[in-house]
Amino acid sequence: MSTVQEVVTEAPAIEAVPKKAMTLGYGTSLAVLALLILVPLFVKNFIIFQLTMLLIYALAVMALNILTGGSGQFSLGQSAFYAVGAYTSAILMEHGNINYALTLPVSGIVCFGFGYLFGKPALRLSGVYLALATFALATAMPQLLKLGVFEPWTGGVQGLVVTKPDAPSFVSSIWSVFSGRAMSQDMWLYYFTLAVSIGIYVASVNLLRSRSGRAFMAIRDNEIAASAMGVDVALYKTLAFGVSAGITGVAGALGAIAVQFVAPDSYTITLAISLFLGMVVGGVGWLPGSIVGSAFIIFVPNIAEGISKGLSGAVFGILLFVVIFLVPHGARQVAVIAQQLIGKLRKS
Amino acid sequence: MTAMLNVRDLRAYYGQVQALHGLEFDLNEGSLTTLLGANGAGKTTTLRAICNMVRSTGSIEFEGKPLSGRSTENIVRLGIAHVPQGRGTFTTMTVEENLQLGAITRKDSAAIVSDIERMYDHFPVLKQRHTQQAGTLSGGEQQMLAVARALMLRPRLMLLDEPSFGLAPLIVRDLFRILSKINREDKVSILVVEQNAQLALELADKAYVIETGRIVMSGSASEIANNEDVRKSYLGY
Amino acid sequence: MELFTNQVLAGIATGAIYACMALAVVMIYQAIDHLNFAQGEMAMFSTFIAWQLMQWGVPYWGAFLLTLAFSFAGGIAIERLLFKPLAKAPILTNVAGFIALYAIINSFAGLIWDFTIKQFPTPFGSSPFLGSQLISTHQAGMIGVTMILLVLLFFFFRFTRIGLAMRAAAAMPESARLVGINTSWMIALGWGMAAAIGSIAGMMIAPVVFLEPNMMLGVLIYGFAAAVLGGLTSPFGAVVGGFLVGIFENLAGTYIPGIGNELKLPIALALIIVVLVVKPAGLFGRPIVKRV
Repeated sequence: MSTVQEVVTEAPAIEAVPKKAMTLGYGTSLAVLALLILVPLFVKNFIIFQLTMLLIYALAVMALNILTGGSGQFSLGQSAFYAVGAYTSAILMEHGNINYALTLPVSGIVCFGFGYLFGKPALRLSGVYLALATFALATAMPQLLKLGVFEPWTGGVQGLVVTKPDAPSFVSSIWSVFSGRAMSQDMWLYYFTLAVSIGIYVASVNLLRSRSGRAFMAIRDNEIAASAMGVDVALYKTLAFGVSAGITGVAGALGAIAVQFVAPDSYTITLAISLFLGMVVGGVGWLPGSIVGSAFIIFVPNIAEGISKGLSGAVFGILLFVVIFLVPHGARQVAVIAQQLIGKLRKS
Repeated sequence: MTAMLNVRDLRAYYGQVQALHGLEFDLNEGSLTTLLGANGAGKTTTLRAICNMVRSTGSIEFEGKPLSGRSTENIVRLGIAHVPQGRGTFTTMTVEENLQLGAITRKDSAAIVSDIERMYDHFPVLKQRHTQQAGTLSGGEQQMLAVARALMLRPRLMLLDEPSFGLAPLIVRDLFRILSKINREDKVSILVVEQNAQLALELADKAYVIETGRIVMSGSASEIANNEDVRKSYLGY
Repeated sequence: MELFTNQVLAGIATGAIYACMALAVVMIYQAIDHLNFAQGEMAMFSTFIAWQLMQWGVPYWGAFLLTLAFSFAGGIAIERLLFKPLAKAPILTNVAGFIALYAIINSFAGLIWDFTIKQFPTPFGSSPFLGSQLISTHQAGMIGVTMILLVLLFFFFRFTRIGLAMRAAAAMPESARLVGINTSWMIALGWGMAAAIGSIAGMMIAPVVFLEPNMMLGVLIYGFAAAVLGGLTSPFGAVVGGFLVGIFENLAGTYIPGIGNELKLPIALALIIVVLVVKPAGLFGRPIVKRV
């Protein structure tokens, strides 16, 4: 061994996740899907709205998961992409009178481009530096959105109000045949969001199983070895950033439609932290965990605020530490433990 | 006479891989003992195990005190100085700061100052370069600095890991001459791990040969040097 | 011309705060190779402690010193309890830990002291400094405090044994253990000092931006920018970076049209990205060889 230089043996970005562990089996997938389809039929509109938000945040968490769990890059700045998606959709709808459904792909593409461009310089950064750059991006985003130059489109500090879409008439009429009343806007939006989410989820699973997915994971596990094997590291790292930002953008657009409002202060660092938290809770690299993480970031603050106003941050933080120390692999670990327990019970 | 360092049934592990398989040896006070062996035999691991820098089981006693369960820094504070492979120089600091770091656990500041002067007597080249960044020193100079830094602890026992590595033969001779002098005059016991068996056997009084994590031969240095197998495998004649 | 001088002086004054923040960031980065995203919140919490002490009637400098002591102890406690167990964990886990700490401190500060802004006193007054209209006594005081801090740190690291041991532990932990340094406690000490330095930044900026739980977010981003510019491994670089960033911020706000106050954070973002991409080692940092 030669003289020891100042060499940093960097800790791994994340622990490697086996590829199989990243998705669910068919049976479980179908059961979850059935649940997602049936539950809204039996609950009140406000809960349907919350379920819609659950799906939307799950999409955003999954997007981060593809970036971090898939390619090993960090982002504390997902709120910025979410905001860009939301604003793109809102501006197109309100200023361009474009159909809400058509704004989604536009938001996705715009955010893909934004993420790709941000990823270009960022790909030279690793670990904490990338976390820093994205953290700064998330903090700066609300100020960018408030800029006077963009005010004619963005509405400045006031933001924009977005019209909530009705169910298309043919869906509504079929629905009323069965239930005897018109389909509520909330319910329509839920099923619309569900369809979009399922599409994106299936596409993401396929992406991770594809050649590109393998390239992502090779980079995650050992960047230098990956490049030695002929993986175009720069391309795939920026691509991962772009894909992640694109999906987050679609989620942001859906979010804007669901809450009927976009404003700069809806997309602060707190949102970025929530999404990051959702990923850690759901289990890094485990795509189905995204919905668990999303449930966590939607319902825990409600419960915490119920206990004491302003407590949600503390509860978030403390639970995050609990997860880090007790179940560092998040919901995935809990699922595995549960599976083993069930197996044992069956045997005995 | 009980030995100063007593190693019994030492097993060491790197993750799942076992590197030492029940190593046993003694080192007497005032002795200059050498551990010989090929690459990967477990020499470095043995030294690292003594300082608790690798996961190990078994018993290591230093002057009657068991070392297991002590942290590296506490073991050093007992008076065991370890010159690691690669020398462990604080490259961004000056030569003098390196020497002061060697004595960082001592409280007697007056004696530290005089000890630094003594080191400059042993190694005049270090005096010339005392304000220089240690990283800019040549390999040989860095090795001398590493030995000097270890001596600043006023150790009872010094562990040296391949001090000759990467050095020109003349410098190696010089270094070993100084080590032998330190051993005799300052009463520092020395355990030196070497691939340069010839030189090590010339200076040592006792020698052990390690193969794949076990002691396969032990004796006085001259016995070992005259052993047929050792001559063939390690001395090359 | 007077506008220019004025802006440069004002930049140096705010730069002093960024310098303090950057120093705190660098202290922890040196020790554990991580960026403490909760550094600003720790400083904010300390500042609230100082405010609370003064509400209870403790005079300014008494509260100042007590806050330093509290922050130092708090920093050590946080490291021992929460981050020491994560020493060998992946980067992601550490980042998550810092984010969690951020959320906890921010939330508790809001819970205890609520989110209304509070006046925080300055010990230097706010009259013109030496009769000059360019700079107030408080701004001069901020610069002075930062300079004193820097000199103290310089002497601490250069001429004390514990400072030497901390440097050794940060630069080469294994070698440091081999000369008998308890590197784990050196890290804790680094956290304590970082928390104390951060609290100074908080107490100095609070009279300018008013005290409230979110007051440090922008300062932290600028602190990061300063630390990155200075090279993340050099305390001296952090301070130079702080002043440069402060001056740059003020000049950009004055002379580049359309920036003004509303673009201050995006400037810091741009600065961070440009430095990281163009010169990742910063102005004074040592280049790092990455072992695979």
